[in-house]
Amino acid sequence: MLKVTIDNIPVEVEDGTTILNAARKIGGNVVPPAMCYYSKLKGSGGKCRTCLVRVAQSSAKDPRPMPKLVASCSTPVQDGMVVQNLTSPEVIEARKGIVEFLLLNHPLDCPVCDQAGECDLQDLSFGYGMEETATEEERREYPVIDIGENIKLHMNRCILCYRCVYVADQLTDQRLHGVLYRGDVSEISTFIQNSVTNEFSGNVIDVCPVGALTDKTFRFKSRVWFLKPMNAHRECGKCSGKVAAWMFGSEIYRITGRKDQYGELETFICNECRFEKKESTDWVMEGPRHIKRQSVISSNHYEEMKEQSIIHPIEGTMEKKE
Amino acid sequence: MGGKILLANIEIPGIRDFDVYRAHGGYSAVERALREMTASQVSTEVTRSGLRGRGGAGFPTGLKWSFLDRKTEKPRYLVCNADESEPGTFKDRYLMHHLPHLLLEGIIISSYALGVKTSYIYIRGEFKYLVGILEKAIKEACQHGFLGDRILGTDFSLNIYVHPGAGAYICGEETALLESLEGKRGNPRIKPPFPAFKGLYGCPTVVNNVETLATVGPIISMGGEAYAKIGRGKSTGTKLISACGNINNPGVYEIEMGLPAEDFIYSPEYCGGIPNDKYLKAVIPGGSSVPILPADLILNTAKGEKRLMSYESMADGEFESGTMLGSGGFIVYDEDACIVRNTWNLTRFYRHESCGQCSPCREGTGWMEKVLSRIEHGLGKMSDIDLLVHVAKNIEGNTICPLGDAAAWPVASAIRHFRHEFEEHVLHPAEVLEKESRVVKNRRFTIFEGSLK
Amino acid sequence: MENSTIINHPQFKREGKILAFSSDILKKVHSLISRYPDGQQKSALLPVLHIAQEELGGFLSVDIMDYVASLLGIQPIEVYEVATFYSMFYLDKMGKYVIEVCRTGPCAISGGEQILAYLQEVLEVKTGETTPDGIFTLKEVECLGSCGTGPVMQINTEYYEKLTPGKIDKLLEDLREYASKDKTDDSTWVEKFC
Repeated sequence: MLKVTIDNIPVEVEDGTTILNAARKIGGNVVPPAMCYYSKLKGSGGKCRTCLVRVAQSSAKDPRPMPKLVASCSTPVQDGMVVQNLTSPEVIEARKGIVEFLLLNHPLDCPVCDQAGECDLQDLSFGYGMEETATEEERREYPVIDIGENIKLHMNRCILCYRCVYVADQLTDQRLHGVLYRGDVSEISTFIQNSVTNEFSGNVIDVCPVGALTDKTFRFKSRVWFLKPMNAHRECGKCSGKVAAWMFGSEIYRITGRKDQYGELETFICNECRFEKKESTDWVMEGPRHIKRQSVISSNHYEEMKEQSIIHPIEGTMEKKE
Repeated sequence: MGGKILLANIEIPGIRDFDVYRAHGGYSAVERALREMTASQVSTEVTRSGLRGRGGAGFPTGLKWSFLDRKTEKPRYLVCNADESEPGTFKDRYLMHHLPHLLLEGIIISSYALGVKTSYIYIRGEFKYLVGILEKAIKEACQHGFLGDRILGTDFSLNIYVHPGAGAYICGEETALLESLEGKRGNPRIKPPFPAFKGLYGCPTVVNNVETLATVGPIISMGGEAYAKIGRGKSTGTKLISACGNINNPGVYEIEMGLPAEDFIYSPEYCGGIPNDKYLKAVIPGGSSVPILPADLILNTAKGEKRLMSYESMADGEFESGTMLGSGGFIVYDEDACIVRNTWNLTRFYRHESCGQCSPCREGTGWMEKVLSRIEHGLGKMSDIDLLVHVAKNIEGNTICPLGDAAAWPVASAIRHFRHEFEEHVLHPAEVLEKESRVVKNRRFTIFEGSLK
Repeated sequence: MENSTIINHPQFKREGKILAFSSDILKKVHSLISRYPDGQQKSALLPVLHIAQEELGGFLSVDIMDYVASLLGIQPIEVYEVATFYSMFYLDKMGKYVIEVCRTGPCAISGGEQILAYLQEVLEVKTGETTPDGIFTLKEVECLGSCGTGPVMQINTEYYEKLTPGKIDKLLEDLREYASKDKTDDSTWVEKFC
């Protein structure tokens, strides 16, 4: 086990653990935000640079600081390493800069974006965004396309995290979409009119940190904060069948995978569960999902039904009223 | 000019061919290394020589070799980085064009030292004409028993293959180069792991620049210590400098490290001064990525000492008043050169060449280019100048690979040393543009006779 | 790769014609593939795309890329990703001679900008366009690594350096003549590799 200190909090982790995962072991504010890293997708991470941290001491053996900020998602810890996340003004400044870059060409069309309310980029901008934009350049624009019967691609919103490419590589037997061109004109595309139809392709929607890949069966149906996420399951021959069903009253508006506290899916689900099973009779409801208090989705969302209590009128006041 | 090591025989007619090269002592270093030395002795000589990577970063070659993972059973690879694409740099092309066997000799000896059986020369696709020259040289070396199975009757076998790129500056970054060599997009890899552990095909790999590898042969011939005596301080040996821009004699020169920059610019032996009796305005001494310096700072350091052509002296004063020797792409600007136009031009290059993988570089290079284009074309605001400094600062050090730094430094340094020119563009756009178009019209087309091709 | 693929390689059609390398070139392609370790045939993608572009019509259409993917046993998207990344691969039909003028720093200050303007004038096209006779396409490219001999341009991977308007006039005349005789002074990628 290696001893690491992150923002003055010590933690012990196994050899080979990254700084980010060590921070996740501590939990709370110490955890750097991650827009491209996804623990369940091999090779992901290192690209968005939002998880940059400062290594104030490389290891017990080599107490020198690292010369540059490092991506915490792809830098393994060493014994005696001292890391600064929120305690380093340099990190905060750099992260503000990164958010500015990510928003540079982002359309900020949150009012009409299905991802609003559960968008990592929204959260990040709330945490580190500037009040005013410094840019006056025109944003780059791409047409909105379908990359499959049930998946919509808004390339304008994409931050090129590559997660959806890894999903196609690692979950499906044939990848049909990828990153094309390069530099600031690179884009996610199938290049030719190619429909992404694989059984697990729908997971690209859940791994997308922004609203670039959205569920066409849910498109413009409702804002997510009007829905109540319920844990539900069914017998499924293709996947675990464990999903989150987003309800409006007794109606299912959409099905997604179950996301953990870092926004990552617990298990990937199949397209049949996601797109085709929209009747509440298709599912066994387990109960409401936990939603962070800070989330807009938590408003009017009751995680458990308290035993119905009867309000006894205070006698005196009652009398007074009468 | 004496003291040439790499280019000593360059004037000999036909030196590109095996027979001529061999007749002038070629491949004797291979014989010496393979017959008289162990692999670790070769590495030791290279370490002793103090040779530093000639691709731009100046990392000690012996140290880089020592990192190579020798514990694994996997094959090891040596990849020659011939993806020379840094604006202002054309030394490797010159070397491969005239002395392909010198490069092969270096690769053979280095492969022997590193225990490598297959080596690739990754050459930029635009240098297609060099592919034929290198393939021919490889064929000749095979025919004479210096390549292939059991070289010179020893147990050492080696194959060298040429692999062309297809137009991407980023593939000069070693991990992007490896990705490209594997048939993928040239996206730099996230490090760690470093190529010494997981390089080509996940195997331990060393990536060295053409000039670095070409120097290995002479080091073995003369001995590491003798090589280390040449040059100055930690900048040992000689360095190829490709000089271009507003000078009388553009071309590739081999200089001993430590030559004063002033001598290099004005001596008839080298650049031969500025044409048309113009004044020297600025120099980018190490390829377009390194900070630009105004005339006074390239001739003398801020301390008042003579600026020398060495890693240390170029870096004297850090970025405040110094720069870097980089790859040795020496670009000279005369009094007519417009720094704003030039900075915009280079930023357009970095925007075009960014792989687009990480957000600061992908978005930042494009942003800087747009702002610079506005200023250059008379549409800039005073606040744009500080905006550029802000964007450059946010890119620098925060990217996956050094391309981000390479894009940020020219902008930051141009504003640091020539802020008044940017302000002039903002305040008096019409006058500036009028002057520029006059300069462009009057510039003579070919003012020099170069030595290439 | 198995030898059998040489005989049984898939055939793709373009404009009714069967699209494939000739057997001679296919042999060379397979010897290129053999330069890389077993299972790493994808490494040959860049050189094979160079050859395909040169031999099969001057640009990489989707069917050519699919053909290359099948030769190397990789997914078509892997070829699209690569072909769109590198600037030497053309995705649209090009003129017989693609004139690529260097526009980067050192070339720009030694006359590159005027050379480009001159070419636009005499060819009567803008950057990115092809002349109506289909002979020339004019392109701007970044540094060609010929900074000491600028201004420079590359035509179908051959370098032309220290350009002047006079030199360009002569060159264009020669190329027009070559084009009418359907001959080229280039040697091909395949020749370079043997």
